[in-house]
Amino acid sequence: MREVVILGVGMTKFGISELTQKEMFVQAALEALTESGLEGRDLEGLFIGNVLGDYEEGQLNIAPFLGHEIGLPTSAPSTRFEGACASATVAVRNAALMVAGGVHDLVLAGGTERTAIMGTPLATKTFAMGSHAEYERWAGITFPGVFAMVAHLYASKYGMPLKELKECMAQVSVKNHYNGARNPLAHFQKEISVEKVLSGPMIADPLQLLDCCPFSDGAAAVVLAAADQFKGQVKKPVTMAGMGQASAGAIIHQKDLTRIKAREASIAAAYRQAGIGPGDVDVCELHDCFTIAEIIASEGLGFFEFGRGAEAARRGDTALTGRIPINPSGGLKSKGHPIGATGAAQVYEIVKQLRGEAGPRQVAGAKIGVVDTLGGDFSTVCNLVLRRN
Amino acid sequence: MPPYPLNYHHYVEGLKAGRLPGLKCRDCGTVFTPPNGVCVNCSGRSLVLADLIPRGTIRTFTVIRVSPEGFAPPYIVALVELEDGPFVLGNLEGFNPDLAGLDLIGRPVTVGQRIFPKPEDQSGVDGAALTFSLSD
Repeated sequence: MREVVILGVGMTKFGISELTQKEMFVQAALEALTESGLEGRDLEGLFIGNVLGDYEEGQLNIAPFLGHEIGLPTSAPSTRFEGACASATVAVRNAALMVAGGVHDLVLAGGTERTAIMGTPLATKTFAMGSHAEYERWAGITFPGVFAMVAHLYASKYGMPLKELKECMAQVSVKNHYNGARNPLAHFQKEISVEKVLSGPMIADPLQLLDCCPFSDGAAAVVLAAADQFKGQVKKPVTMAGMGQASAGAIIHQKDLTRIKAREASIAAAYRQAGIGPGDVDVCELHDCFTIAEIIASEGLGFFEFGRGAEAARRGDTALTGRIPINPSGGLKSKGHPIGATGAAQVYEIVKQLRGEAGPRQVAGAKIGVVDTLGGDFSTVCNLVLRRN
Repeated sequence: MPPYPLNYHHYVEGLKAGRLPGLKCRDCGTVFTPPNGVCVNCSGRSLVLADLIPRGTIRTFTVIRVSPEGFAPPYIVALVELEDGPFVLGNLEGFNPDLAGLDLIGRPVTVGQRIFPKPEDQSGVDGAALTFSLSD
């Protein structure tokens, strides 16, 4: 397969937007094209993450409309990818594979989503559509509920008092808000305290409000190209060094919810392709839809032993200056979670970090970064390993 | 073309009749519910209908306090390991959600069901959730 490089990235501010999904995407895509010194007419394909555009704005088949908005030629196929919250990462991976395989030389991938327009009840209902419609939905399960069950199981399995686990989880939220306060594109740009997390309203026991990421609007975009033709196009190309994606059935079939089997399979493939191990990673953007989700992801990606991620978070190992900085962008928790755009925004952050352009949240000397995105209740996981060229 | 081994309609009708319908794999002996296209353990296609023992153990749970439309919080969702091996999701009933703590994990339950009749103006079939009651 051919080497693939990222030439440029773009991202809107996450939060509540008055722009439509298409308008947000245009902003992100044109920024990525500007960074790349290219125009839409140069692109050969568009790979779009978008999950609930039909419920949000009544829009199906959004990809070709987005392609037209940014000037892709009619000969360039535009395709929507849906893997719940991992949609954009899956889109980026498929875009990179098309370039690696020689089908295209230059493509744009990304995502756009406008979740906030739905309001909390409809958003909670539509997000829950990621659970098994026949055999899980009727129990009234929600995404916070699934991760709440993970937290209870984590405490029970590892013999950790729930109060202690919740303090570790709160520290994840505090850390991600600290980072988000240093990210001008983050949905929430203010620091919070452990006490504030632990005094919030309960959403799904034991998860309180500030254990949960928000519903956000936003878009992000990435220009990918064949290295042999386009490496000299920009000053700081970033190499797509490894990729993985894995799939699992409903949570009832996964049993031990502290071990996400799709993640373990996906990241193993990505590390193998990149020729690295978790100890080589300098910075990571991972799927912290809930505080406990960051803890189990930090274990599943190999940064900490299983059962040790909670205390590592409390110790500060994942802070900007820690052993393995996690979610310097603020993560889904503070940066926000426009589900169909999230994976591309994670790529945006890692690219900025590897170029040394992350400002006050820069991880010093970062050369290798990992993206981790989870879709549905542990049924889709997609991982990327990016390397400074 | 072989029929789907145990379709949702027949699964729900079995629940209504007081059974816990599932499948048994003739190749590896695995017994499982809810239904799947092939054996959840070995991908074998030689499946026969099998009712499962409606008893199990709570492995984890949560109390839903912000619910999807159509549900009335607070209520308990639990993941239960059945005596026959598979895990199922359902609602713990007859227990005050505000008293739910980690000591629920490991408690034995019996399994029942609650039916959600389909709206008259829609096609499809009724929905069903499993329910759990503490049995110790």
